[in-house]
Amino acid sequence: MPDRPWIIRTYSGHSSAEASNQLYRANLEKGQTGLSIAFDLPTQTGYEADHPLAAGEVGKVGVPISSIEDMQTLLHGIPLDRMNTSMTINATAAWLLSLYIAVAERSGIKRSQLQGTTQNDIIKEYLSRGTYIFPPDESMRLTSNMIEFAVDEVPKWNPINICSYHLQEVGATPSQEVGFAIANAMAVLDGINVDATTMPSVVGRISFFCNAGIRFIEETCKMRAFTRIWDRVTQERYGVDDPKLRRFRYGVQVNSLGLTEAQPENNIQRIALEALGVILSKDARARAIQLPAWNEAMGLPRPWDQQWSLRIQQVLAYETDLLEYEDIFEGSHVIEKKVREIEAGAQAEIDRILEQGGAVRAVESGYMKRALVESNAARIAAIESGERTVVGVNRFDQTEASPLTQDAEGGILALDPTAEKTQIDRLIAHRNRRNRTDVDAALQGLLDAVKSGDNVMPASIRCAHAGVTTGEWSDALRSVFGDYRAPTGIEAPLELRSAGENLDAIRARVTEVSDRLGRRLKALIGKPGLDGHSSGAEQIALFARDAGWEVVYEGIRLTPDQIVSSAEQEGVHLIGLSILSGSHLTLVPQIAKRVNVPVVVGGIIPESDITLLRNQGVAAVYTPRDYDVLRIIREMVEVVAQANGVA
Amino acid sequence: MALPKFGSGDLVERVLKGEHAAIAAALSQMEDTRPTALDTNRELLRELEERTPRTHTVVGLTGTPGVGKSSLAAAMIRYWVEKQEGVGMLAIDPSSRRSGGALLGDRTRLRFEPNERVFVRSLAAKDQLGGLAPATRASVVVLRAAFEWTLVETVGVGQSEIDVETVADTVVLVLQPGSGDTLQFMKAGVLEIPDISVVHKWDLGSLAERTRADLEAILGQLPVRSTDWRMAVIGTSAQTGQGIDELGEKLREHRAYLDATNELDHRRQKSRTAWTLELFTQRFGSFGLERLGGRDATIRRIEELDQSPLDGFHQLRSEAGFDR
Repeated sequence: MPDRPWIIRTYSGHSSAEASNQLYRANLEKGQTGLSIAFDLPTQTGYEADHPLAAGEVGKVGVPISSIEDMQTLLHGIPLDRMNTSMTINATAAWLLSLYIAVAERSGIKRSQLQGTTQNDIIKEYLSRGTYIFPPDESMRLTSNMIEFAVDEVPKWNPINICSYHLQEVGATPSQEVGFAIANAMAVLDGINVDATTMPSVVGRISFFCNAGIRFIEETCKMRAFTRIWDRVTQERYGVDDPKLRRFRYGVQVNSLGLTEAQPENNIQRIALEALGVILSKDARARAIQLPAWNEAMGLPRPWDQQWSLRIQQVLAYETDLLEYEDIFEGSHVIEKKVREIEAGAQAEIDRILEQGGAVRAVESGYMKRALVESNAARIAAIESGERTVVGVNRFDQTEASPLTQDAEGGILALDPTAEKTQIDRLIAHRNRRNRTDVDAALQGLLDAVKSGDNVMPASIRCAHAGVTTGEWSDALRSVFGDYRAPTGIEAPLELRSAGENLDAIRARVTEVSDRLGRRLKALIGKPGLDGHSSGAEQIALFARDAGWEVVYEGIRLTPDQIVSSAEQEGVHLIGLSILSGSHLTLVPQIAKRVNVPVVVGGIIPESDITLLRNQGVAAVYTPRDYDVLRIIREMVEVVAQANGVA
Repeated sequence: MALPKFGSGDLVERVLKGEHAAIAAALSQMEDTRPTALDTNRELLRELEERTPRTHTVVGLTGTPGVGKSSLAAAMIRYWVEKQEGVGMLAIDPSSRRSGGALLGDRTRLRFEPNERVFVRSLAAKDQLGGLAPATRASVVVLRAAFEWTLVETVGVGQSEIDVETVADTVVLVLQPGSGDTLQFMKAGVLEIPDISVVHKWDLGSLAERTRADLEAILGQLPVRSTDWRMAVIGTSAQTGQGIDELGEKLREHRAYLDATNELDHRRQKSRTAWTLELFTQRFGSFGLERLGGRDATIRRIEELDQSPLDGFHQLRSEAGFDR
């Protein structure tokens, strides 16, 4: 009998609850079998839509959810008792799950009927995505609360999705990806407070979220290595006897890191091949898949772009014969050898992390972050040297004009510029409408639970019903747990191994310009707004340092005011900003207009916005097309030389 | 920021008022290594030194990497700001020997609102080995002129952390529980006894207690640095905020001690001498010293001149016959 197809989803959401609801319903009509909700950054990091840090970010990378009213609008007309919903939400996962439960309850659906996943993996937020709020131990407590609550109350829900996905996005090797993710899962399970008889059912609720890159044979082997290690760990460390509860259950979004802005149509074959890596082997097949769109490196995909990716999944699941076979790699020595190699590498990583006291300690010490930053630097160096081929980028880069990007918007979704204001108006109206006494009582109950160590879920669900807002819920927890800043990973003393002539020439030029200016070139690198994807900024900071710059690295989540003030205090010659969330038009001018040193910007910036930014005084704009980091560093030197009249 | 016009008393005035743009410009000016900058710097330095309120204090924060100097500095800055006192901070990070570049990452832990009286400047140590950067001494003069408190956080390279005591009025050594090596260095006399020792990460519990006990024991065995001051040992935690008030009070107490005993003048005098000597030897080496009758004679001559260091340097240069 053929295997059942995986759950077919598309990661989506933007602008408003209403617009996203329409998109979801259209996608479900087209044959999508599950939902995958993308939240905007203020929702992910627990800020009100009208908070200063939220400026420019509302409705950009996902849907804004300020309160139960938004959640109701978002899920309107979707049968929650039959839907399988994945929510990419982490620091505020307990809150969004509470809203989801409250919306279901208002329409008479029981908690026990709900199916889906909250991502809720905080460790990878410190390492990669940057949307954490609280310190590690406090964040892990929230995770434990959700798991303990879900096992009893929402038994079909996956309260956590351990993510190896984002580790690969910041450069993890297959062994690191497997090893770090399993160590992370151990940290979660070790923090769970249940008796030994309940532990197996807790283990059975742990699911994973993995990445699949273009080296799809290796990826197949990686997934097999994952299933094996997990089977062993759950049996030996957690005493799970039932093989079904030891099964490695995972969802996938295929690789975004390898999608190119140059010749973007090539991304279609990349996406299809990457999907093969997680479906070919029946014993290690994904339970749910979401595929990115071909134009992700350029901006937000349109409904048609998402449909194209949805159809790839449907062709694979319903047209091909791959679901008809047992595991086709059974008995292959070649595959087995590779699986063992990844497994051994991963086990070594796990041992190293356990020696340090586990994943939480290895986050705090910066060990994991440093290892990833180093792997990513090696990956970038391999692309620059041509050792690793990227078609259309460092090889075969001549191209005909693409008809796909010829329309007025350049082949991406143009967002409604009034979305932020609309959401703020909705939020204010909601605040005025609700019953203040109920809200205060619910918030007090939440504070009591947080302080006393009780599970926060019941109090959070009560908050959801009372009309508490996302910012209020988060602030209540902040007031007890505090705000946290994770290690940046760039304190690593590593230097570029393959320095080469290129780098020597830049170093000489840096010294020459520095001498003429009287002091060494100094740059401030930072990320304004709420986007926490810091790996691009980290790599620029590292490479600039290796080229001889003094680099002040300011990290993530900065207001334009803070950046302007830091640049002034530090006396830098140049400011480098990185923004991937699409908020560049709001944030960059607020900085560029107020400083008298050149500003350069990197990020996912559509062609049409580049001119706008240049007109606002930005000296240079870099996009994923500019893969050559050393060229960027060299141009930064010339930008400073020109600005100071020593070119 | 482009430098504003220079050489006017206006900049000094603005620095003294604590204006951020002016402080930034003065600091960049002090970092300028071109010979053309020297005269401007001399003048600026002399004026700032003369006009700095005497009550302003420089605190050196030293200790090996990873002990939590930055988080402690952040907590101290918050403490002072809440008491309406301004703080200038120099955060020094190592430079790469191969490329000359440096990563200055401390700001990630030091977030203050732009309108607060806090000014943080990162400096790269360049090829200096003593834990300070070349422009540290001059930068201290600028910040000290502007703020009640100046914090100097050193690179944190353990044994070679000797220079900090020649820029700071009060030296604070930060240790973390289990810092056995540092204690050994102190015992062996490799490490100067600080004015205040802080056992940071106090939340680590019994291990912290033991480190404190070890410190107290060492104290009993060693000659103290100044006759009347007994090194204070304080347990702090940036996480719980424990010990921060105590450290703040202890710093004030040490400052009162310095004032009462003339130790302040003595230390600042020593600091200026060290700086003048450093400027001279960096430029003219032991050959230069010999022309002035050797190292000891040069030090005596510097003390005799008792000038602002860049002025003193000029004088020595001409006495050694190295005039342009």
